Amino acid sequence: MRATGGPDIAVGDVLLSVENVSLAFGGVKAVSDVSFDIRKGEIRAIIGPNGAGKTSMLNVINGFYQPQHGRITFKGATRSKMRPYEAAEGGIARTFQNVALFRGMTALDNIMAGRTLKMRKNFVWQLLRHGPALREEVEHRHAVEAIIDFLKIQEIRRTPVGRLPYGLQKRVELGRALAMEPELLLLDEPMAGMNLEEKEDMSRFILDVNDHFGTTIALIEHDMGVVMDLSDRVVVLDHGIKIADGTPDEVRSDQKVIDAYLGVAH
Amino acid sequence: MHLLYMILIDPFVQMASAPDLLVQTLWEGLVSGMLYALIALGFVLIFKASGVFNFAQGIMVVFAALTLVGIYEAGVPAFIALALAIAVMFLLAFVVERGVLRPLVGQPDIILFMATFGITYFLIGFGELVFGGDPKVMITEPLYLPKGAITYHAFGGMVQLQKLDIAAAIIASLMVAGLAVFFSKTRIGRALRAVADSHEAALSVGISLEQIWVIVWFAAGLVALVTGVFWGARSDVSFALEVIALKALPVLILGGFTSIPGAIVGGLIIGLGEKIVEFYWGPLVGSGTDAWFAYVIALVFLLFRPQGLFGERIIERV
Repeated sequence: MRATGGPDIAVGDVLLSVENVSLAFGGVKAVSDVSFDIRKGEIRAIIGPNGAGKTSMLNVINGFYQPQHGRITFKGATRSKMRPYEAAEGGIARTFQNVALFRGMTALDNIMAGRTLKMRKNFVWQLLRHGPALREEVEHRHAVEAIIDFLKIQEIRRTPVGRLPYGLQKRVELGRALAMEPELLLLDEPMAGMNLEEKEDMSRFILDVNDHFGTTIALIEHDMGVVMDLSDRVVVLDHGIKIADGTPDEVRSDQKVIDAYLGVAH
Repeated sequence: MHLLYMILIDPFVQMASAPDLLVQTLWEGLVSGMLYALIALGFVLIFKASGVFNFAQGIMVVFAALTLVGIYEAGVPAFIALALAIAVMFLLAFVVERGVLRPLVGQPDIILFMATFGITYFLIGFGELVFGGDPKVMITEPLYLPKGAITYHAFGGMVQLQKLDIAAAIIASLMVAGLAVFFSKTRIGRALRAVADSHEAALSVGISLEQIWVIVWFAAGLVALVTGVFWGARSDVSFALEVIALKALPVLILGGFTSIPGAIVGGLIIGLGEKIVEFYWGPLVGSGTDAWFAYVIALVFLLFRPQGLFGERIIERV
C-alpha cells in the first residue's frame, strides 16, 4: 500500500521532519520549539505525561492546527501551513483519541469513506451511479473488503458503528485510516480504554500494518509496556518541550524522562 | 352533550356519509403535505451536513421562483431560464459558503443560525431590487406543466385531481428518490453523511468541508427551486411565501431534523392533519385552524417524542 505522488523515499530515510515547531493557544503554550523526525518504515512513538502536547503535535502534523513557528517537511516538501485534506491527499492518515467515527454509518461505509480521495469519477456519473462510477465503486469495494479481512471484522460489516463496542470501534477507525493507503499513519492512543486482550490484538495489527505494507507509523500511547515493545524510536514530550529522543532503551534510562513520569519537584 | 357529539361523532358521520369528500380532502392534504415536505427537505439537507438551521430556506424558495420568472420575463426561453435559475442557485451556494460559512467556521451554532437570518434579509432586499416587489405569476405553461383536472366518478360522488398536483407529486418523488440513492450509494453522498457525523473525522480522511457545503447548499437550492415552481403555481410568487418556512418547523419537529424520510412523512402527516381538521372540525371554531393546527401537533410531539419520528435518539453519556 502506498500513496501516489511525491518523490520516492527509501526505507530509513527521513519521511517527515518537524523543526522548531511552536504552538500556543492564547497564552497557553501547547508545544514549544520541538524538533524531531520520522523515518520511512519505522514505528515512532510520542509519549509524555498528560498535557505534554502529544495530541497537539499530531494535530499540527495532519494540519488541524497551524503552528505559529517552525516548519514541517513531508516527503521533501516544506510547509508552514497546510489544510487537513491536503495532508490526507499527501498520504497522512490518522485515528483519534476518542474515536471519531461516522456513527450513523455502517462499518463498511466508514471504511469506504476512507477511499474518498481515491475515487475521482465526477459528480454527474455519481448522480447517475452508472458506468465508470459504478465500476469504480466496485473496485474500491474490493480494496475495502481486503482491509475488513485483514482486521477480522467481517461479521460487523453492516452494523452501524455507534452500536459497536469500543474496542471494535477503534478497529474500524484503524480500517478507515488504512483504506486511505497512507504513507504515514498517525495513531492517537490506539489502545486507550482497552482491556489486555484488545490491546494485544491492536498491537498485532499495528505491527502487521508496519510489516506487510511498510506503512510508517507515529503513535501516541500511555501504556509504557506497549510503547517499548512496538516502537523503534521514542520521542518524549513534557509540558510542550522535548525532553528525550531515542530508542526505547535509551529513553527508559533517561533521568529527565523518569523525573517527568514520577513527578519530581522542579 | 351536543358539543361532545359535534366534536367526537359528527365529523366521522360526515366522513362516512360522503366518502368522495373525504378522499378529496385526503388528496388535498397529501398535496400540500408534499410541499411542506419539500421545504423541510431543504432544511434537513443543510442541517445534516453542517448542523446549521437554515432560516433562509423559506426565502430561498421565493428567491429561486422569482429568479426563474424574472429571467423568463426578461425574454429568455423557459427552459433556458430554468437552467439559468439553477446556475443562480449554484452561485448562491458558492457565495454563501465563501462569504458566510467559511469565515464563521467553528463558531457556535447560534452564530451560524443568526447568519442565516442575515442571508434571509439579504435575499429579500436583493430579490426586490432585481425583480421588483410585485407578486409574479409562475410560468407553468412554458415549462409544459399540465393544467386542468382529472375528474373521477367514484365513492358515490366525484373526486377532482389537479393535473398540476399530480405532476408535482411525480417530480417530487423522483427528486426524493434520486437524493436518497445519491446519499446512500455514492462517494459524495457518503462524504455528505460523513460530514454530518463528525467534522474532524471527515477532514482526516480528506473530505473537503468547503466542497461539501457548496454541494448541500446547492442541493437545498434545487429543492427550493422545485418547491418554488409548484408552490408558486398554486398561488403567486411573492415574498409573502416566506412564511411557509415557518410551516416547515412543525414538520421538522415531527420528522426529526436529520432524517430525509422523516421530512417526507412529517410533511405528509402535517398536510393531511391540517386539511382534515380544517374541513371536519374547523367549522366548530369558525375555521382558520390550518394556521395553527400544525404547531399543536408539533407541541404534542415535543412532549412525547422530542427527537421526532425518525430522528436520532438523544443519548448522552454523563
